[in-house]
Amino acid sequence: MSEARKEIMGRIREALKTPSPKPHLKGQSSKVTGKAWLPEVGDTHAHTMALLSDNLAKLKASFHPVENLDQAIALVKDLAQKKNWKNIAYHKNELVTPVALAIDGTAWAVDDAFSKDKLEAADVGLTSCVSIVAQFGAILVSSETSGGRGLSILPPVHVVIAKADQVVPDLAACFEQINVQFGGKMPSMLSFITGPSRTGDIERILVLGAHGPKELYLILVR
Amino acid sequence: MSDSKSIFIKEATLTSADGEQRQFIRTALGGYYKNRDIYQARYRDWELARDAASLAKWSAVNNLADVLEKFVAKFESNGGKVHWARDAAEARKIILDLVAKANATAVIKSKCMTTEEIHLNDALEKAGFGVVESDLGEFIQQLRGEAPYHFVFPCMHLKREAISELFTKHLGTAPTDSPEELTMIARRHLRKLYITADVGITGANFLVADTGQISITENEGNARLTAAMPRVHIALSGIEKVINTIDDLTVLLPMLATAGAGQPMTCYNTLYAGPKKPGELDGPEEFHLVLLDNARTQILADPEQRDSLHCIRCGACLNVCPIFKNIGGHAYGTTYQGPIGSVITPHLRGLKDWNHLSGASSLCGACTDACPVRIDLHHHLLQNRRNAAKVVPNLFDRVFHGTFNFVIQRPALFSLGGKVFRKTFGLLKHLPVPYLGTWLKSRDLPAIPQKSFREVWKDSKNV
Amino acid sequence: MATAKVLKKLGQEIEFNSSQTCCGQPSYNSGQWEIAKEGAIRSLEVFKDAEVVVGPSGSCVAMMKKFYPELLHGTKYEAEAKRLSQRTFEFSDFIVSQLKITDVGATLNKRVTYHDGCHALRELRLKEEPRKLLRAVKGLELIETEEAESCCGFGGLFAVKFPMISTAMVQVKAGALARTGADYIVSSDPSCLLQIGGWLSREGKVIRPLHIAELLAMGIDDV
Repeated sequence: MSEARKEIMGRIREALKTPSPKPHLKGQSSKVTGKAWLPEVGDTHAHTMALLSDNLAKLKASFHPVENLDQAIALVKDLAQKKNWKNIAYHKNELVTPVALAIDGTAWAVDDAFSKDKLEAADVGLTSCVSIVAQFGAILVSSETSGGRGLSILPPVHVVIAKADQVVPDLAACFEQINVQFGGKMPSMLSFITGPSRTGDIERILVLGAHGPKELYLILVR
Repeated sequence: MSDSKSIFIKEATLTSADGEQRQFIRTALGGYYKNRDIYQARYRDWELARDAASLAKWSAVNNLADVLEKFVAKFESNGGKVHWARDAAEARKIILDLVAKANATAVIKSKCMTTEEIHLNDALEKAGFGVVESDLGEFIQQLRGEAPYHFVFPCMHLKREAISELFTKHLGTAPTDSPEELTMIARRHLRKLYITADVGITGANFLVADTGQISITENEGNARLTAAMPRVHIALSGIEKVINTIDDLTVLLPMLATAGAGQPMTCYNTLYAGPKKPGELDGPEEFHLVLLDNARTQILADPEQRDSLHCIRCGACLNVCPIFKNIGGHAYGTTYQGPIGSVITPHLRGLKDWNHLSGASSLCGACTDACPVRIDLHHHLLQNRRNAAKVVPNLFDRVFHGTFNFVIQRPALFSLGGKVFRKTFGLLKHLPVPYLGTWLKSRDLPAIPQKSFREVWKDSKNV
Repeated sequence: MATAKVLKKLGQEIEFNSSQTCCGQPSYNSGQWEIAKEGAIRSLEVFKDAEVVVGPSGSCVAMMKKFYPELLHGTKYEAEAKRLSQRTFEFSDFIVSQLKITDVGATLNKRVTYHDGCHALRELRLKEEPRKLLRAVKGLELIETEEAESCCGFGGLFAVKFPMISTAMVQVKAGALARTGADYIVSSDPSCLLQIGGWLSREGKVIRPLHIAELLAMGIDDV
């Protein structure tokens, strides 16, 4: 053990010999239990989906619920044409691959070795996601299952293809799911994406696309 | 008077007289207040959420030894390496050594107040490593050679014209008055730096003990890029950032966003467990976490003020503080501004030289009401004053209050004092009477009554 | 005198113990707690026979109600400080929550705007109490402002130890309240009114400071 570690741990133990008073869950309505103090999550599926849709709209993320994968493909192909997406990067996944290949034959997968420069030149990053949190409109991606770290942050447009059953009501449900899905072996990165990249640093005026993607699309397949 | 105090008085006098700048700051904060109220109202019980957040941090900080060790063990089992720094100098050395070992030619950084605290950039530059701040606000401040104005909104004091001029001067870009265009200029400039940097340095908002992950909150995506593209990722964090379980983030992440920036959730909340895992497609090969004490254990040892270590650095207290709003972030002259800065700086940098920050407050308490983790901020300022009175010699105060107490212990003397004041006020206001002269510089006193309350009361009883 | 007039009208028996001087807050706020303790102990003595103590000042009452027990914690005076705390009230708090009265029978055809003194608002948690009293005054128009809760900048000796900041704060506060076009700025704290009034006068503003007790006294029939 390093000298510094020993010393710091020693100071901590010494400092904590004197206790400090513990705060209580007083608040205004002590009858409220669980996480009921957090924002609404909706008590029906329809309510939850409406909340998700509303949140994504406020965040200026584009939300497209579709009936099946074919509709997803058609939608994304159409977007690609309108927006002139030429250089499409994606990761191999049962939902993502068919969409990527259908847009344009030149779409390339990050599963094959790539250089950072190559990713930097991409117009769009096409990924799946781990889950979607309705409470905030947050999309959870992982370095293990969503194509690594760069794909969902470097290209100026991020398109997410997901299934409707990946929507969970709140963060608590999401963390439970993470524990189940990854067990004790977390991916090296898990990231909640809540809308396109943004900044308010200049006169507190909102600007999208500061460093991360300027446009975010969620295609939700029933 | 300490140097830092006289500098503070000088700076605060200048900035508090700048009405236009103060109005600019108030306008900038107006949008924040509106959004904060909207998103706070969405919580079914904001006060209860504050209790929960407070309890989450209390449980971690008051079991710091066990929680920290648990965190470190789990973090290291994920493949990262932990380094321990007792003070700023040691932290700088560790980071410089790591950067040198990486044969770095370029270093990119995301926003981290702890790196400001240890003056890391300066040390990196002196050692010949080019370091670039990637957060837009920090990037702007770095170009200006100025410290951040606010630890969440680093350049909120600047008008867009100033930023445009700055970019023209340093980046050779055409002038523009569009915040969007200015942001895009920075975006284009920094993109290649993410690709070419060998080392990425970030901070950490939370250290999650049960999973061994660090949690980083941001809006721009620059921290995501800083921790994705370079080969080596170094994170710096104070030891107090621990939380017991990932589940605590269900309340801490949204509250950090709402109290800090008036958002429901910040744009990117990312949990890093380790370097690139086998099978993953990209990511840093090395992940180092530097844990910093730098007097935090001293604050820990003060059970009265220990809760100031619960701070999640949201900046809400700055945003409601009338002192901050009127003197601005730079007048504080130190890394952490506003109420939390005024509480902890005397601990971090010395009571003798910095207690004036705890004195420069009307103790209105707006900060304590705003704090999402219920730190008793304004009472801590008072406690710092009490602590300073015991160890920092202040003859004037001792004499003044000693005399004041002498008088108030004797009602006859108190009445006499009042009478003398009333009768001689006409003369007194022209003399250099301490405090009175200061008051009269900018304010009047009400018409001096003929009789004291006691005398009027007595008269009314005799009617 | 206004405080006494109003309370008398509401049927209270008023005593004024002229041996009282000061609650000791200036020394407390300056960190001179050993000296402040002496002031506190003296106050306990002064008020020991009072059934109820009512103060027309948010800051003084906060000192006695909230800070005396903390200041005297661990001393032999702690229990007495707690007992005094329980029977000490700010003026509007006493009328509304203890006497359960909101209409004191006042009439005043004026426009007023309210300033929440920090001690009353954040230490004593009083917000609605003074407003309930004001809303019951016939003919009175109460104008709220966004700046109602911001600090006036007095802060005791802060006003003269850091005068530039104190002046900047009162400029924002009193400026906003004056812009309502009201006749009076009303508050429950004389120190706030001293600060606000001092600036208004220096700046030649028309709006006048007025203590809530004075306002109510103005509006009721002579007792």
